[in-house]
Amino acid sequence: MSEYLDILLTVGLWSSALRIATPLVFGTLGALICERAGVLNLGIEGIMTFGAMIGWLTVFFGADLWTGVMVAALCGMAFGLLHSGLAVVLGLSQHVAGLGITLFASSISYYIFRLAVPVQGTPPTVEPFQPWPVPGLSDIPFLGPTLFTQTPLTYLAIVLVLVVAWTMNRTPLGLAIRMTGENPHAAEAQGLDPILIRIGAVCAGSAMMAVGGAYLTLAAFSSFFPTMVQGRGWVCIALVVFSMWRPMRALLGAMLFALFDAYQLRLQTVAGKAVPYQLFLMLPYILSIVALVAMSRRARVPRALMKPYRRGER
Amino acid sequence: MRFERREHPVAAITLGAPLVAVALSLAIAGILIALAGAPVFASYAAIAKSAFGSRLAITETLTRAIPLMLTGLAAAVAFRAKVWNIGAEGQLYAGALAVAAAGLALNAPPGITIPILIAVGAVAGMVLLLIPVALRLRFGVDEVVTTLLLNFIVLLFVSMMVEGVLKDPMAFGWPQSVPVPGEARLPRLVSRSKLHLGLIIAVAVAIGVWALNRFTVFGLRSRAAGENAEGAQFAGVSLPRTLLIVACLSGGLAGMAGAVEVMGVKGFVSTALSPGFGYSGIVVAMLANLHPIGVIFAALFVAAIFVGADGMSRTMGVPTFIADVTVSLALLTMLIALFFAAYRVTK
Repeated sequence: MSEYLDILLTVGLWSSALRIATPLVFGTLGALICERAGVLNLGIEGIMTFGAMIGWLTVFFGADLWTGVMVAALCGMAFGLLHSGLAVVLGLSQHVAGLGITLFASSISYYIFRLAVPVQGTPPTVEPFQPWPVPGLSDIPFLGPTLFTQTPLTYLAIVLVLVVAWTMNRTPLGLAIRMTGENPHAAEAQGLDPILIRIGAVCAGSAMMAVGGAYLTLAAFSSFFPTMVQGRGWVCIALVVFSMWRPMRALLGAMLFALFDAYQLRLQTVAGKAVPYQLFLMLPYILSIVALVAMSRRARVPRALMKPYRRGER
Repeated sequence: MRFERREHPVAAITLGAPLVAVALSLAIAGILIALAGAPVFASYAAIAKSAFGSRLAITETLTRAIPLMLTGLAAAVAFRAKVWNIGAEGQLYAGALAVAAAGLALNAPPGITIPILIAVGAVAGMVLLLIPVALRLRFGVDEVVTTLLLNFIVLLFVSMMVEGVLKDPMAFGWPQSVPVPGEARLPRLVSRSKLHLGLIIAVAVAIGVWALNRFTVFGLRSRAAGENAEGAQFAGVSLPRTLLIVACLSGGLAGMAGAVEVMGVKGFVSTALSPGFGYSGIVVAMLANLHPIGVIFAALFVAAIFVGADGMSRTMGVPTFIADVTVSLALLTMLIALFFAAYRVTK
């Protein structure tokens, strides 16, 4: 029995939990910003796929890693613009528009990838981000090799949580976004433009989603393959509910989820023979559903979420 | 610029919307084909030829349309009542797996086996959708995310079954289920082709769903629940009851798609049974503007694109993913076309 608990204390577990959490943090923050402004963005799964593909492809064709991340963010923004065109400007069903974006973004990712990289035995790789130990801090026992020996994108994710939390809670911009998500008519009465704010929030959020995808190909793995996002986008949507639309809790949720995921990966090697591996792989998805059920009652949903806003229409 | 709801939706625009949407999506696909360095019009011709050009092509397209009609109906029924069932893919696999398991236990002539197995598949899909809908009614959990997550869980469960208790020992190690007995196979409609009885079943079901929507109180209630839930409740429609029936219908249709696919085409279950029929069903439903009879034609279009692009990609060197791109584009363009059928732009 003790071997199951021993895993919990290993550096490997915590450091891989941070790696698993990173794309989830980007994705959850992105979805959170959209939803705080009142727009559900189910395009997330596809946008993450596109970010993973385009980030990888940019680096594969010779650009450096940060350029890859930037290109992914810009493409994410473009998809955000498409989603807000449909769901905000035209006020179409956010569910259907988002799913449409996911179907389109993932299929076009596969198409572009296939055009650029013909089928071959082993998928080509790029040189991914290497762990960058924070000088000084990485010598701290336990915390050093886990928290402070990560790739730069993981640090970026954590900084982004703080920035988003501060912006949402402490700045006029954050207030405007939250107001648009709660009551766009009141926001307009204050002289704000709810449509513009929603478009901006969706674009910013989508950019973060795409960076989360790019983390997969540029840091976690070094190649791109179809279906590699594996429902992470949907997990992020669940994590937003779990976090009650608060950025700091989103980080906590992503970390809890990732810890659990990293733990089940290690359990597979300990208990792997007795239990089919598919049961372990199911756990994260089941956990997401359980988290949704547990939190949905308590969560206070942004009041205007999924309610289209059209000028002059009540 | 403002959008103003049209007092009277123009029938010509509403009916023309799918055609405009399809034309637009094909035009954008043309640009992508050109990017691949293939001649655009020759590629269109190759798609049409591979989808309709021969007796074999036509039967292939019709065969491919069968599961799409059923998943399309599943989405249409659910979306009309604003039950966001995105889990048709999982429900399809649940139906397929239930049929594979029950098929081994059943020993009866085809006339009995086939209806029983289709019902078994439908019930499996039904049960799978009842979970998220019950969670929505009881705990307020958004069913979009739960149905999506269930798709992954079910696919892993299928993988576990076909590598475990249901594994076919005669399949040279391939992870697939033991084939269903001959009595459970749907009869062929056309000799020397894959086209099976499922086509007639799917068309009959579409007409049945249309009649249900058009002539029964349930049809009215489900539409009312979708268009104005609060108003419907004031008028005495029990929302939970209506949504649970909608869930049974929608999940049942998707489960049936899995049953029919196993019994009509493959004969066994593997994790490659469905190339995303559940997700394409959403596109089919939207292209049909959620109309059950429209679903028949939308499914034929989507099937033709998939079968046609398969053939075209072999000769033209364009990745087959062009089919998925075209179909998802058709969904987006259809959304926009429908918007302009209902709204007009004013200064």
